[in-house]
Amino acid sequence: MEMINVALPKGRLGEKVYDMFEKSGFPCPSIKEPNRKLIFENEAAGVRYFWVKPSDVAIYVERGAADIGVAGKDILLEYEPDVYELLDLNLGKCRMAVAAKKDFRDDPNSTLRVATKFTNIASRYYAEKCRDIDIIKLNGSIEIAPILGLSDVIVDIVETGKTLLENDLEPKETILPISARLIANKSSYKFKNELIERVRLGLKEQVKTDD
Amino acid sequence: MAIDESLLKREEAAVYALRSLYRRFGYTQFKMSKFEEYDLYVRNKDFLVSDGIITFTDTNGRLKALKPDVTLSIINNSKDSDGVQKLYYNENVYRISGTTHTYKEIMQTGLECIGHIGLFEVCEVLSLAVKSLETVASDCALELSHVGLIEAAFDELKLSKELRKAVTAFINAKNTDDLISLCEQNGVEPEKLTVFTKNYPCPDDAFNAVKAVYTSGAVLDALNEFETIFNVLSELSSAVKLIVDFSCIGTMSYYSGVVFKGYIRDIPDAVLSGGQYDKLMKKLHRTAGAVGFAVYLDELGRYDRSNAEFDIDTVLLYGDDISAAIKTSEMLSSGGSSVMVAKEVPKDLRYRQLLKITEKGLETVNGND
Repeated sequence: MEMINVALPKGRLGEKVYDMFEKSGFPCPSIKEPNRKLIFENEAAGVRYFWVKPSDVAIYVERGAADIGVAGKDILLEYEPDVYELLDLNLGKCRMAVAAKKDFRDDPNSTLRVATKFTNIASRYYAEKCRDIDIIKLNGSIEIAPILGLSDVIVDIVETGKTLLENDLEPKETILPISARLIANKSSYKFKNELIERVRLGLKEQVKTDD
Repeated sequence: MAIDESLLKREEAAVYALRSLYRRFGYTQFKMSKFEEYDLYVRNKDFLVSDGIITFTDTNGRLKALKPDVTLSIINNSKDSDGVQKLYYNENVYRISGTTHTYKEIMQTGLECIGHIGLFEVCEVLSLAVKSLETVASDCALELSHVGLIEAAFDELKLSKELRKAVTAFINAKNTDDLISLCEQNGVEPEKLTVFTKNYPCPDDAFNAVKAVYTSGAVLDALNEFETIFNVLSELSSAVKLIVDFSCIGTMSYYSGVVFKGYIRDIPDAVLSGGQYDKLMKKLHRTAGAVGFAVYLDELGRYDRSNAEFDIDTVLLYGDDISAAIKTSEMLSSGGSSVMVAKEVPKDLRYRQLLKITEKGLETVNGND
């Protein structure tokens, strides 16, 4: 029997997504057992799930280790993997935003120092505005960069804005809205088309009922 | 000189098979230098798959490049004439890999048909694309789209240059949800564009879906041409799965008509890519048209793992008698089996049998059969 390999993002979002897959007819009860396993298989249902780091899902799918997966729009825009983006799951909703100290005033006369994990998204955004910037790539705790004078602004994901507020920062501009997407490997989509379409339609129905 | 075909790697065997296929259909080999004038690529940067080009200064001070592409060189060397030139090539190109972001040497085979291109030439090239896939693997698919059709739709909808770029990216990614939002923001009927992102298991459904939303003009003319080409191709008795997928249009900056990509099961990237590129010819101030494709043979090798049980048939251990070692290895290998002569057993080598030359003669130390 043909199996479909699914890369799920580890964490709360991944668990919600798994429930949607289960309701779509692709259950794998062993995934809910408390253990540290990362690969789960239900041969009868023709599905194999992997838990992977959310930012790695797109790599697994692009390189064909997984046929499909669920990745955030932020990751897809940052790494631009060559995959199909089949469905907006309307989950994990947040936005990519520019944030700065409350009293920050942008001086167009000087180079803007931007701290971010998302260097491509930030570069593209400011290039479109023809703004001269100095990108500072950080891997975490981005919020402290403006406080310590490392940067003028940050470009990061904002969900509720609570972390920003607690660090005396506030969102200044929204770059784009973010949500989780169902992605597929282009080659797998040709050879496992029926299965992948069954998953997509099953998930799509639930996206509608959640609205 | 006899060649032991079992020694050829999958991509090496494919090169020979494809060369033979293209020759059979009247294509002649085009051999080119490893280096080209850098200027050629800079003038046509949009056409290149990756931005990076490896350059060096030649002894005469001219800036040269390790060729990142073959098609541009072929066009550069072809002449505008009344006839049709049919060429094939087998070359290495040097470009930045999309996944590793580092330079890679990529073995590429392909063909180009340049001149007065009509439907026959397009169909012949497509049929050779199908045959190429059949030659290198058993479970393959060829997806087809038509850039002229999509552009005619964009023209009918009067999309601005910026909007075309965004819409093209969403169509390429089959991103229907974001495409609908974009249409709504820009006052475009979503159905007119989402028709190009949908999945059509049956090719007729794809053609009918376009006819349902576009009723006249250049879109239907292009659709008719696409349908004719597809029907000719469908009549070939081939095991290759043919798919109408309007989304495989790339950046559309140099293609003008039919475009296609070939896939092999269990290989994650396209192994074949091509189309009719009259627009590129025009950009290069040529009056002729052109159609062609490339087969990326490194993809075949990358996913072809050897299943051989043993690295070598016999390991032959010898003592002080060098003459006996030479004679015995010749005797053992004359039957076609592989023999490694060594003083001691090599580490991590999987061998079928271990023999030793002793004073008494040849002794079997152990066998793994």
